[in-house]
Amino acid sequence: MEDHVKVNYDTRIPNNVGLSSDRKVLRALEKWHPGFIDWWNQLIPPRYQQSMVYLRTAVSADSKGWAKFDYVKMPDYRWGVLLAPRQEDRTIPCGEHYGAPAWQEVPGEYRNMLKRLIVIQGDTEPASVEQQHLLALSAPSLYDMRNLFQVNVEESRHLWAMVYLLFKYFGRDGREEGEDLLRRSSGSEETPRLLGAFNEKTPDWLSFFMFTFCTDRDGKMQLESLAQSGFDPLSRTCRFMLTEEAHHMFVGENGVTRTIQATLEAMNRVNIDDPYDIDEIRSLGVIDLPTIQKKLNLHFSLSLDLFGQELSTNAANAFNAGIKGRYMESKLEDDHKLVDDTYTVKTVKNGKIVAEEVPALTAINMRLRDDYIRDAARGVKRWNTLIRRNGVQFEIKLPNEAFHRQIGVFKSVHADVDGDLIGKEEWDRNVSKWLPTSGDNDFIQSLMEPCYEPGRFASWIAPPRVGINNMPGEFDYVKLHMA
Amino acid sequence: MNNSVDFQTDPSNYRHWRVDYNGAIANVYMDVDDNGGLFDGYDLKLNSYDLGVDIELADIVERMRFEHPQIKVVVLQSGKDRVFCAGANIRMLGGASHSHKVNFCKFTNETRNALESAEADSGQKYIAAIKGACAGGGYELALACNYIMLTDDRNTSVSLPEVPLLAVLPGTGGLTRLTDKRKVRRDLADVFCSTEEGVKGKRAEQWRLVDEVITNSRFDQAVLERAGEFAAASDKSDVSEGIVLTKLDRTFENDGNIRYSTVDVEVDRASRKATITIRGPDSTPTNIESFIDEGANTYLLRLARELDDAILHLRLNELELGLLIFKSQGDHEKLVAHENLLLQNADHWLVNEVLQLWKRVLKRIDITSRSMIATIEHGSCFSGILAEILFAVDRSYMMKDEFEDDDRRIAHISLTDANFGMFPMANGLSRLQTRFLGDQNFLQAATALKAERLEADDAEKLGLVTMALDELDWDDELRIFMEERASFSPDAMTAMEANLRFAGPETMETRIFGRLTAWQNWIFNRPNAVGHKGALQRYGSGMRGKFDMERV
Repeated sequence: MEDHVKVNYDTRIPNNVGLSSDRKVLRALEKWHPGFIDWWNQLIPPRYQQSMVYLRTAVSADSKGWAKFDYVKMPDYRWGVLLAPRQEDRTIPCGEHYGAPAWQEVPGEYRNMLKRLIVIQGDTEPASVEQQHLLALSAPSLYDMRNLFQVNVEESRHLWAMVYLLFKYFGRDGREEGEDLLRRSSGSEETPRLLGAFNEKTPDWLSFFMFTFCTDRDGKMQLESLAQSGFDPLSRTCRFMLTEEAHHMFVGENGVTRTIQATLEAMNRVNIDDPYDIDEIRSLGVIDLPTIQKKLNLHFSLSLDLFGQELSTNAANAFNAGIKGRYMESKLEDDHKLVDDTYTVKTVKNGKIVAEEVPALTAINMRLRDDYIRDAARGVKRWNTLIRRNGVQFEIKLPNEAFHRQIGVFKSVHADVDGDLIGKEEWDRNVSKWLPTSGDNDFIQSLMEPCYEPGRFASWIAPPRVGINNMPGEFDYVKLHMA
Repeated sequence: MNNSVDFQTDPSNYRHWRVDYNGAIANVYMDVDDNGGLFDGYDLKLNSYDLGVDIELADIVERMRFEHPQIKVVVLQSGKDRVFCAGANIRMLGGASHSHKVNFCKFTNETRNALESAEADSGQKYIAAIKGACAGGGYELALACNYIMLTDDRNTSVSLPEVPLLAVLPGTGGLTRLTDKRKVRRDLADVFCSTEEGVKGKRAEQWRLVDEVITNSRFDQAVLERAGEFAAASDKSDVSEGIVLTKLDRTFENDGNIRYSTVDVEVDRASRKATITIRGPDSTPTNIESFIDEGANTYLLRLARELDDAILHLRLNELELGLLIFKSQGDHEKLVAHENLLLQNADHWLVNEVLQLWKRVLKRIDITSRSMIATIEHGSCFSGILAEILFAVDRSYMMKDEFEDDDRRIAHISLTDANFGMFPMANGLSRLQTRFLGDQNFLQAATALKAERLEADDAEKLGLVTMALDELDWDDELRIFMEERASFSPDAMTAMEANLRFAGPETMETRIFGRLTAWQNWIFNRPNAVGHKGALQRYGSGMRGKFDMERV
């Protein structure tokens, strides 16, 4: 890797892609910029726009420079275009062009496929900001508010990254798609976001944590597989985005951890052993573990849907074309072509869930989903360690992949959280045990009182063990604008 | 130029034909040299033909127009006893690759059309004088003539034996001309086309297969009389002498590039494309006299012949160049002046011939089975007659605004009368009519702007180009389009383009290329014809073709 790839601030748009000499992209981005600022300004309540937020900004694209902390007003955040440094001699990591030099320009034959992938990825970035845009009003602490804003500005910068690719490589079509990314809107009847999960509401902070834990992790897996693209600019863009995406995972996992922590501490304080003593626990102003499990069930199952159909020709085509790899493709030891390989997937046959060998190429989505489940399971394991250490008999589990699915082979069946197929009646009888009820949601909502005093935290969430950039928990992460 | 077919020839090189010129009447004798096949592996027996024979015929028809404008009637007959023409050589077809068969059929069809249209376009009427066996492609050749005379010797018949004998179609317009041109009743046509020995004598006349049946003893005399009558009745003006179609100024370079005096063909094999750049005229004759003095050197005639040769060469000899890119460079004003001179003298016989040739070249482009685009760059001269190319190709891209380090004149196009009916497509409509079939407003808007200088934004708005692109987008959009195009299946491209190019009404011509040819090409891919037990392969072996009897 080259040393310290400097970010170029000689245009209004920080970048390490030589924007000032790229008239075409510069002109397109400058035209797009005001629309983006409008979008941002209309989304985030003015009070927070005016506040000074302790944010991390990338000043270069390498390990030393990507994290520079300082107070900044969000509209002044340096949105920009940053790609990971180019690796010399990088080759196409998979598919029929395996081993050929990576493409530096869009190969015409894959133009539409690539554009579609970039548009879908790009669409998720502003969508999540839209979903979360009112959460600051109920932030449980300034620390959490700051984390929310960090996620928001970075998702927005990821939008920039995708828009840059569209403008740089897809000409007139790309510019139209760039405009459409601002025109679609999460939850809109008229012009919804492209993927279902990104049109759902994020009504409370536990939802936000679960969203970042589950759904942003899907984003991470998608970025991981696009980082393996044979189209080098996409790969470099996604590699850089992944450094930021890790923080979003952290916000989610850590947020849930602290929620559990607060619950456990409250239970211990008044000596409640039974995690199912829900009313008692709730009366302590914390969220009971069964409800946290239900929230996980919901968000996890929605996120599995994002991986699409179990068997997918699109995914096979993208892999075979070399424009989307598998998770850690370059570290895998096989022929990277999968022409004759098979992969085991779960499917429904004669009313039973059975394992089936299918051509590996068509099961690319499934493989990524399996990697995703493994990745998510590690976080759950840490939560359970925490629960065990606090002496409470409860285990949080990821629901089975067959549970509560809207896409794929399990869409047409009912399964419980362990993956046993059940009838409609049994589902109806038990669904309130598995998924949050309106009562659960109301309860969570009732806890969502803002807590804006530095160092103070809402009752339902514990302070972090370590603050941002090694600052203490009581650090003034957001200097709220006083109107 | 190894193994490649040259479409240029001249009378001193003919092996298969003789022509006698007597006043207003020419006699064309088909006398195919058995050993004169273009490729090895077959003898051209019984006046059967291959591509080489047809290239000579095309040359005869073309030179008849330009070099012998005094001719008003052409009698087409056999130079051999007891056979008029046995049609396309079956062994040649049996041994030919699919692509060659298709290209062969396309060229022979174009030649038949050029011959057939000689009466309407040039006042030269073709009579087929049939003595001796006239089978398959032989009868199709007669069908393309404007008048068919058949001897009644109780032996000579006309026939289309392709279906019963070879399990293929009479694909050189045969089926279509029976029904559309000669208006043979469909059930009789059905009987005729499935009867190997064909139909002779009076019945041929009753069934409208020929115009006239004459007893054998009177036949030659009757042909002579008829030719004389037709010549006397012709309204073609008398022309004392023609011009000589001189040898093309043409250089093949080692890498496949070709240089003509007005056309450059640059080949890019890696990207499977060829760029055809047309140069505008350096000067233009000031009046019709100097135009005539220029003869074959006059700009549009040179361009038409050179472009025609280039297209034919690319079609037959460069099978993998899937994308043709048309460009032009030159002085708009000089081109317009040249065109004006032609349009103002359109009733002069030579001007007429040049314009008619340009019409045929444009049609040749229309049915070329390659993806074709035009790029309208700065310094280009797509006006009027040349602008027709923009409406013949599948897409057009136009430079918009100034480009850095490009001091050529800013790209513009202009329309003239040439774009509004002078060069109809096979469907009988102008290319602009076909283009704006769904919205006459576009056509009216375009008509109103005749002779205006239309830059990219206007041209795009008027629907005259596919995309106007500025400097920032130009290279990328074109590169990506070309790469994408190169990745598609050539079969699907050919089929898609052929379907999209010919909106609007059907004519005999569109039916020949769109229906007859398409079905023939399907049959050419089916085992019942071309499999090793298929009829085409087994022909002459004594064994009949073995068919898969499933109807598809």
